[in-house]
Amino acid sequence: MEFGTSGVLSEDGIHVDMDRLKKGEVNLGTSIMAVTFKDGVILGADSRTTTGAYIANRVTDKLTQVHDTIWCCRSGSAADTQAVADIVQYQLGLYHMVNGRPPTTQIAAAVFQEIAYANKDRLTAGLIIAGWDARHGGQVYNIPLGGSLHKQPYSIGGSGSTYIYGYCDANWKEGMEEAEAVAFVKEALKEAIKWDGSSGGVIRMVVLTEKGADRHLYLPDSDYKVRHQ
Amino acid sequence: MTSIGTGYDLANSIFSPDGRNFQVEYAMKAVENGSTSIGIRCKDGIVLAAEKVITSKLLKQGANKRIATVDRHLGIVYSGMIPDGRHFVDRARDEARGWRDNYKTPISTKDLAGRMGGYMQAYTLYQSVRPFGITAIIGGYDSELDTPVEGEVGSGPSVGAGGKVEGKKHGGPFLYMVEPSGLYWGYYGAATGKGRQAAKAELEKLDLSSDGESSLTLEQAVKEAARIIYVAHDDNKDKEFELEMTWISGADGPTKGRHQEVPEALRKEAEKYAERMTAKDIEEEEETKEGGDKMEE
Repeated sequence: MEFGTSGVLSEDGIHVDMDRLKKGEVNLGTSIMAVTFKDGVILGADSRTTTGAYIANRVTDKLTQVHDTIWCCRSGSAADTQAVADIVQYQLGLYHMVNGRPPTTQIAAAVFQEIAYANKDRLTAGLIIAGWDARHGGQVYNIPLGGSLHKQPYSIGGSGSTYIYGYCDANWKEGMEEAEAVAFVKEALKEAIKWDGSSGGVIRMVVLTEKGADRHLYLPDSDYKVRHQ
Repeated sequence: MTSIGTGYDLANSIFSPDGRNFQVEYAMKAVENGSTSIGIRCKDGIVLAAEKVITSKLLKQGANKRIATVDRHLGIVYSGMIPDGRHFVDRARDEARGWRDNYKTPISTKDLAGRMGGYMQAYTLYQSVRPFGITAIIGGYDSELDTPVEGEVGSGPSVGAGGKVEGKKHGGPFLYMVEPSGLYWGYYGAATGKGRQAAKAELEKLDLSSDGESSLTLEQAVKEAARIIYVAHDDNKDKEFELEMTWISGADGPTKGRHQEVPEALRKEAEKYAERMTAKDIEEEEETKEGGDKMEE
């Protein structure tokens, strides 16, 4: 069966071509995840960016800040997801100034979803929104390709995530301690990187709690054992 | 007003030499002649009440509502020019809808008051418009629960989200009053219209600002609201009136966070209480008068 590049249903009426990147477009063939834990939420991602078989960037930062303690994991088209994150960052900054209080994760998720859904025919963006705020604590929202919105205890995404559904289901626990949750994210991403050809490079994480945002960096040179940042 | 007839009262966009906008002051006059409206913010909710003077025996009882619902959790009552109030409410509904479209969550009372204050103020700036002939009381109950994004699917961990800051209260009942100038403040009790002075004096006697045992409950506030409208109507005794009341409680209260009309049974009870209390006041007044006469003998 041959799939078109139009992103519409194929002749059989079942298969949809979801790989809608233009020829040569930069892809975040990715492993991303975000998990809630006892004190907040952790985002994690690999760092590989590809154009076809070529690794365009081996140390990409796929964890993008849109407000003080609201971040997102980007997957899909690098250009599309950067553009969307830029718009949301502007909107949330404006919200904070106009209303005199920081936006909640819900507000961020709502703004992300509106853009993802209204432009679903033109975007290739799979986003995981994770944030911490004083009222609601740590929360994770997933916005997959069509622009729907899913609140989840933890979320995985990108091409590499298919390899770790079993691992995550077996090992994820509610209300983990920070160190435990960091270890869980790291082990899951190690597996995703191991099996997925489009994922690789370093492992990046961001821990969001009452104390703010804390970045982690783990390099493959030391088998992701040592924290470098 | 000494400056009347000097030409400074003809347009909105012209200040008088002593820095006043007469058009706005005339709008406030229109409000002062309108029938009385009040709002009470107590610890567990909001009560809005309006005195509806019956202008014709042909008007259907209970029809022609004066208190409007703007969103599930928001109500507005106004005094002054009724059509201006209707337009104000339309705009408030647009604002509430617009907020929901953008953020997929209900607008807070404070944010709506801010938007409506801005809207009123804009009508004091231009030659081509006149100010609103109303003062509006905006009451709302912002949910104290975690509000989801509208349309979201699924849930977080069953243990609840981690890292919440404990001991902080969120949401609650809020009351704002917006004047023709666009000025707005938050209040525990607000009154406007013809009987506002008497109503304010009564509101000040209530314990609305504390959380203690003497502070008013929502059901007491309904009764007091009825009484205050009756007291405020006293100066206008020759005209008959209807009492209209709405209330908003928290999620665990009688209206479950919604702005609703006070149920008929409770309204009737409140009216009886109001009649009893106002009758007692009059008796006491007459007694003291008689006493006064005796002293002169």
